[in-house]
Amino acid sequence: MPDAFGPHVLHLADPEAAIEAITDGMRREVRAFRRKGGVLGLSGGIDSTVVAALAARAFGPGNVLGVLMPEADSSEDTLRLSARAAASAGIETVLEEITPILDAVGCYRRRDEAFKRVIPEFGPGWKAKIVLPSVVESDSFRLFSVVALAPDGRTFKERLPLEDYLQVVAATNFKQRTRKMLEYYHADRLNYCVLGTPNRLEYDQGFFVKNGDGAADVKPIAHLYKSQVYQLAEALGVPEEIRSRPPTTDTYSMPQSQEEFYFSLPYDKMDLCLYAVDHGIGAAEVAASLGLTAEQVDRVFKDIAGKRRVSAYLHAAPRLAVEGPAGA
Amino acid sequence: MPDLTTIDRDVRQFLADNFILDNGGADLGADESLTQAGVLDSMGVLELIMFVEERFGVSIPDEDTLPENLDSVARIAAYIGRRLAQGA
Repeated sequence: MPDAFGPHVLHLADPEAAIEAITDGMRREVRAFRRKGGVLGLSGGIDSTVVAALAARAFGPGNVLGVLMPEADSSEDTLRLSARAAASAGIETVLEEITPILDAVGCYRRRDEAFKRVIPEFGPGWKAKIVLPSVVESDSFRLFSVVALAPDGRTFKERLPLEDYLQVVAATNFKQRTRKMLEYYHADRLNYCVLGTPNRLEYDQGFFVKNGDGAADVKPIAHLYKSQVYQLAEALGVPEEIRSRPPTTDTYSMPQSQEEFYFSLPYDKMDLCLYAVDHGIGAAEVAASLGLTAEQVDRVFKDIAGKRRVSAYLHAAPRLAVEGPAGA
Repeated sequence: MPDLTTIDRDVRQFLADNFILDNGGADLGADESLTQAGVLDSMGVLELIMFVEERFGVSIPDEDTLPENLDSVARIAAYIGRRLAQGA
């Protein structure tokens, strides 16, 4: 009798073989682009640390550059853990403090204008993030709210109207796009490729900014569920401190989990739901494994389908309005 | 206070003006799910909320942003009608 559905379905039987397949593929693709190494942004998170380690194996540590790009809202740990990730992979790094660029382009000002329209008291010294309601606990449409923390400790939560939501997201996207611009600067000067760091969950569900962190020449771990990325991290010797760090967006000035901002469930459960959708496993069977009701899992399945519809735009290359040559 | 027929007409006009619908939305069934038809996503719901608030003066609290209130033309019209009757 086959095992019941559960986390074991994502287990990589041979992590070393998986690493070899990925590093072979990275060399093949970078060679095809006639480049000679890789550049990647390091965030101190598990995904970029694993890609750094894979790149060091694929190209040799001397042919990989990690770019550290903290900004005003980055957490205190970001820079230290990014440097630790680079050290564990044995690669060189360059520090690009992006706050002045973001200031110059109006990232913070434009974002805070929108927050202030929703919370008139919002101002200097305040912290904020945007959050979604839980898919699991309610059937309601998932509409973003801003959560703000005043310097005196008061907290506010207000739903974001469309115009303000769009302005917050558009302004915040400067962060990912600025980072990608700098990654390509270093890739161009070194004749390297840019390595993207999304895992399968992020890639499938559109958890990236178009022409920001969604842009890259090669995406070495986009086929791996996040649980599998953790498995590779262990095999690659990624420091425990990075492996045990909870996934975060590290984009807003208040700490924000990925579940608050995007996903319905913590990554290990999301992985299983995504796997189930792709393998035709029913909500009832998944529910038994996750400790949820079938109705809750069904809502997660619908959320996955909805995000796939949205991410089609994010993945799309520019399209031509007219195919073929102009003229008669 | 607008009657249900007027509300229904205005909601349909809003959908036709703001979303790309086949045949201008004429084929959209009153009870057809707008999310399943690919008309509304979470951003579309925000647009709908803004329209309802501006056109009918009905504010929609978070606890009412449910499919049973907003996921078809008939449900939207009925919800607005109920809220107007309550003096929203």
